[in-house]
Amino acid sequence: MLKSRFSGLLFQIIALALSFGVVSLILISIDASPTEAFRNMFKGSFGEMRKFAEVLVAFVPLLLVTAGLLVTFSAGLWNIGVEGQVVLGAIATTWVYRYFLESDLPPALIITLAILGGMIGGAIWAAFTGILKVFGGVNEIFGGLGLNFVATALTIYLIFGPWKRPGVASMSGTVPFPDEFSLPLLANLRISPWALGIALIAIIIVFFLLQGTYFGLKLKAVGKNFRAAYLLGIPTWQYAMYSFLICGALAGLAGAMQVAAVYHRLIPSISSGYGYLGLMVAMLINYQAIWAIPVALFFAALNIGSIQLPIVMKLDSSLSGVLQGVLVLFALLVEGARQKFIKKGQNT
Amino acid sequence: MNVEFKNVNKHFGNVHANKNINLTIPSGSIQGILGENGAGKSTLMKVLSGFIHADSGSEILLDGVPVIMNSPADAIKHGIGMLHQDPLDFPPMKILDNFLLGMPSSFFPNRKEATQDFNLLAKEYGFSLDPENYVDSLTVGERQQLEIMRLLFLGVRLFILDEPTTGISTAQKEKLFTTLRKFPEQAMTVIFVSHKLEDVESLCDRVVVLRAGELVGELTPPYQTKKFVEMMFGKEVTLGERQSAPVGETVLSLNDVSLEDARLKIKNINVEVREGEVIGLAGMEGSGQNLFMRACAGLVRPVGGKIQLKSQDLSGKSYHVFKRNGVSFLPAARLEEALVPGLTLTDHFVLAEEPRGIFIDRVAGQTLTQERIQSFNIRGTPHTPVESLSGGNQQRAELALLQNPLSLILLEHPTRGLDIESVIYIWGKLKERCKQNASIIFMSSDLEEILQYSDRVLVFFSGKISQPLDANKTSVEELGELIGGKGWAEIGGEHA
Repeated sequence: MLKSRFSGLLFQIIALALSFGVVSLILISIDASPTEAFRNMFKGSFGEMRKFAEVLVAFVPLLLVTAGLLVTFSAGLWNIGVEGQVVLGAIATTWVYRYFLESDLPPALIITLAILGGMIGGAIWAAFTGILKVFGGVNEIFGGLGLNFVATALTIYLIFGPWKRPGVASMSGTVPFPDEFSLPLLANLRISPWALGIALIAIIIVFFLLQGTYFGLKLKAVGKNFRAAYLLGIPTWQYAMYSFLICGALAGLAGAMQVAAVYHRLIPSISSGYGYLGLMVAMLINYQAIWAIPVALFFAALNIGSIQLPIVMKLDSSLSGVLQGVLVLFALLVEGARQKFIKKGQNT
Repeated sequence: MNVEFKNVNKHFGNVHANKNINLTIPSGSIQGILGENGAGKSTLMKVLSGFIHADSGSEILLDGVPVIMNSPADAIKHGIGMLHQDPLDFPPMKILDNFLLGMPSSFFPNRKEATQDFNLLAKEYGFSLDPENYVDSLTVGERQQLEIMRLLFLGVRLFILDEPTTGISTAQKEKLFTTLRKFPEQAMTVIFVSHKLEDVESLCDRVVVLRAGELVGELTPPYQTKKFVEMMFGKEVTLGERQSAPVGETVLSLNDVSLEDARLKIKNINVEVREGEVIGLAGMEGSGQNLFMRACAGLVRPVGGKIQLKSQDLSGKSYHVFKRNGVSFLPAARLEEALVPGLTLTDHFVLAEEPRGIFIDRVAGQTLTQERIQSFNIRGTPHTPVESLSGGNQQRAELALLQNPLSLILLEHPTRGLDIESVIYIWGKLKERCKQNASIIFMSSDLEEILQYSDRVLVFFSGKISQPLDANKTSVEELGELIGGKGWAEIGGEHA
């Protein structure tokens, strides 16, 4: 019975309950009411259409990043550099937009080019991590982390240097692009159905890529046993590079969406930490693509819902981050416990 | 130390691994425990060394006193130490540091004193180990010696050795046996677990045989091999008639090939391998066979000379080019190099086949897997992850992954750790390949196996390679001497 999927789900629900419990304790310790906090978070994310649209705005980049990370995780790679790949996607998209600022091309074509540019930008940034790993022997965690800092510095340099607003540069970013450069939004809401559609298509493609193709199976073989995969005839380092390129392109796509559908310009914190949050989602769903949509939506809702906390209850909005972190830890812990039970069950 | 098992039972789920074992091992004896794979030997030893608990009602008495051991550390406190099949040491550490591990000493060990103790102990048993050297520079046999010294120093009075002669050279085996024979003089007890009749016969004072979890019999010298085999398998087994496939054209030829790695240089190898031929590589572990075999697979690039496969020059080409040209390499480390833990049997068979299109046809993959499972007698289902297969079944799965047709099959220790029936089965499959014109090169530390299944034998001794010897005209004794570095002048024409 413990082996079944049902028990896996049951244990994950236990993890969820435990994390809400821990966060409740934290709230009680500062004399705040947990029920009220959770109710406010729920109201702040699903309470009204406008707020739910905000959740979807956060959901799009999170889902794209998660989709990309599922590919690198399958290849056994810890692509921490995903954060920087989102940033480079946004920078590349901004560059394409600026390049065509005065052109007479139809806006739809420019938007398409800008988005493709973002994917290429993210892929190139990921390729750096890959090259460092494959040819330089630099662990992808260190390489990626280093490149994240470079990416942030590059954004700041561009905003305060070559791409600064006329007059005085500011943390509010570059000059906003004209309205026709934006992906179409739903009336009175900030969500673009195009962005949502692209993110959903991306996760579906990744799901089938990993589940049903030779490419996906070979990627998993490389991830689980590099040496044996090589001896089985799989070109291992090439596959590691492919996975970086795919993940980078999807992260770059997330960055492109931030520019083309949300901020309409480059801002210093353009990635909003979705790269790191995506790592948490990927770990929480135990690298199974099928769970990416609900969990990414849940995390996005926590992020948006917590915005209510400082306004209504004078609590810090980082509470959502605490809940997300605790949840990942408990999920891993509970899964470990379950494996132990299964082993015990087999031994006696 | 006197050991007594009283009604020891152990269940794993539905499997009754040890059935009512009653056995007394007198102090100062060398007790052999014999049985095929899965007979329950390892389980019984794990119970004795504190790794696992026996079912309730089971009792273990040391010198007449019932004891309960909850961990290997507990067992060591009681004076019981186990030498595992794969040495449990720490390769990147210095020998001395490794020796100090588990020592109940102060926070800052006295290295000077420890070095003296170490050297004294090494001298007493005739081991030549440098305490300042690193563990990963040692052979398996030397690592065993280190482990024995460590256990002795911890005050162990009862040694359990699990298949200790696997993967070590004949000379190292002799040394090990000499060491073990000294133990009874000091009232220490040895339990020697093996499935090798020859080893058990030459070393043990008394032998018990386990079959399917039960203790089926006890024997004392003089031993009769036939009796052992009957007890182990319930029937008599022989390796069968030697059979050779007719030998055809040259498949692989090495011209003046020179190989090098960090430790070894082999110069000017000239060998030709023909269709349907089986070449056995004999030698101590690390005498150059691995290097030779990996060069034939394209995994090691020769520093000089020419490697030709069916008149095509493959010198300096990569492993994947060799593979496309019909060369297959089966490494000994199954879960490290040959199979991918976490993937199922179906996944493996799908990976090994040429991809058709982009999407995997799961149904076809499963049908294929089911066929192979049946024809290779693998105990598992298409959905079984490879790591949960037993060693023999993993080996059969490796063989089942081989493509058709093949020109050359390279095998490292193809039957290591397998019971005799699996050995016969696997060689049956390999000989079928020879009939389909594939050539085989394999290495083994079992000389009987080499003589039984090869057509020609190459002997390796610290980077020297003998001329190919006709397997019909040589003997275990001759091979044994050559492996130990004797008699090379007589066979003449050695390379380098």
